[in-house]
Amino acid sequence: MRSTVRDFFAKRQVLEVAAPVAGVRAVTDPQLESIPFRVMNETRYLQTSPEFALKRLLAEGSGDVYSLGTVFRNDEQGRWHSPEFTMLEWYRLGFNHHDLMNEVESLVHSVWPSMPALERLSHRELYQQILGVDSLSASVEQLKDRAQNLQECPFTETSRVFWLDLLWVIGIEPGLQDRACFVYDFPIEQAALARLGDSEGRAVAHRFELVIQGVELANGFWELTDADEQQGRFEADNQYRECSGQPRVEPDERLLQALRTGLPDCAGVALGFDRLVALSSAYRQVSDALALAWDQA
Amino acid sequence: MANFSTNEFRPGLKVMLDGEPCSILENEFVKPGKGQAFNRVRMRNLSTGRVWERTFKSGETLEGADVMDHTMEYLYTDGEFYYFMDPVTFEQHQADKKAVGETYLWLKEQDTCEVTLYNGTPLSVTPPNFVELEIVETDPGLKGDTAQGGNKPARLSTGAVVKVPLFVTQGEVIKVDTRSGEYVSRASKS
Repeated sequence: MRSTVRDFFAKRQVLEVAAPVAGVRAVTDPQLESIPFRVMNETRYLQTSPEFALKRLLAEGSGDVYSLGTVFRNDEQGRWHSPEFTMLEWYRLGFNHHDLMNEVESLVHSVWPSMPALERLSHRELYQQILGVDSLSASVEQLKDRAQNLQECPFTETSRVFWLDLLWVIGIEPGLQDRACFVYDFPIEQAALARLGDSEGRAVAHRFELVIQGVELANGFWELTDADEQQGRFEADNQYRECSGQPRVEPDERLLQALRTGLPDCAGVALGFDRLVALSSAYRQVSDALALAWDQA
Repeated sequence: MANFSTNEFRPGLKVMLDGEPCSILENEFVKPGKGQAFNRVRMRNLSTGRVWERTFKSGETLEGADVMDHTMEYLYTDGEFYYFMDPVTFEQHQADKKAVGETYLWLKEQDTCEVTLYNGTPLSVTPPNFVELEIVETDPGLKGDTAQGGNKPARLSTGAVVKVPLFVTQGEVIKVDTRSGEYVSRASKS
């Protein structure tokens, strides 16, 4: 399957690069936990994705690039999670998120010819369809009421993002068990590193996910290229961290510098390679797709 | 009792939720893309037997519940309580009707049961999988009536009513599967 992936990109003249696994900076994203370690008297962090490294290369004029390598995320283990896993991540110049969805579909098809047909629907349509709530405009109270309807939810959080996440876990994901779809145009609070835009007059983040049988297989962005906006999002991440008692994470200055130099207009996507192996082989859990699972390593 | 974090929730772990002792059945780590990590948990409320589905933020903790299963011998009932004895310590425990529930239909003196103690008090009683009980009332064998599948109701010494084959008669001892409430065979004479 790895050689099929490499052929796929060779045909499209996308360059394979080996991004560093041990970076100087961790990620600010409050929902991701980088694993630190000491080497030659300094702290380094096992990278949670090759994103920042690849974007720096793009800003230096590398052209289209991909990485198929190991990444690490602390505190993530379960049926579909392992703290160490293989990620396929690539960037395409001049693509928007819809162009990239087409390419993701082709890639998945190349390694999994019998894959299910993929639906495409916006985040708003998905939440409307399954839960009857408007994910872009519903208030915290409306989201909370909908969640309480599904099960007892004794949480005191007051952010829309928290309740959208909870609804995903208790409503959307169980409702997608027999489906395969791209979900695109997320609420702006869930933009992560996607640029903001407009969909039928509503502000959205140009982000997409590929979800097959309830498993998130890929997450992509029409990339944010504005350095100031990026800096603002790093700061917002750290404010969130402070409020939730997590340690501050110094933003990656080298990424910001690259964005200031100029990141070309591009779309990028990260795909959980082990999950793809597991789904295409009808395995019940991602550990079955690993040569040696985390607890056997 | 110790506290347990979501990543320690394993099937069989006993924890307190909403003031009720529960046993974990399933625990799945789930995390929406770029979002909050949760654990989706199915647990059985040990007081009511109901299954609860709850979702916790990963890292949340629950207090452990002082719940232990003990093998005990059933002694007798005084009509209000059922008395059990620990065969090792000879300590006696009285279980009320709520803890015994429907299990009273299968309790025979000197049989061995699983008694679940919560803070030292019986919370539930599980009978042996098979019990041997005497038929105290059943119709005499009816001849040739196969329309009912060759079965007839029989009342046992405990009050339980089970379907038995037509050839089984009043006063006989039969073996019953307590999980399904079904007749297995005539008891072997000892």
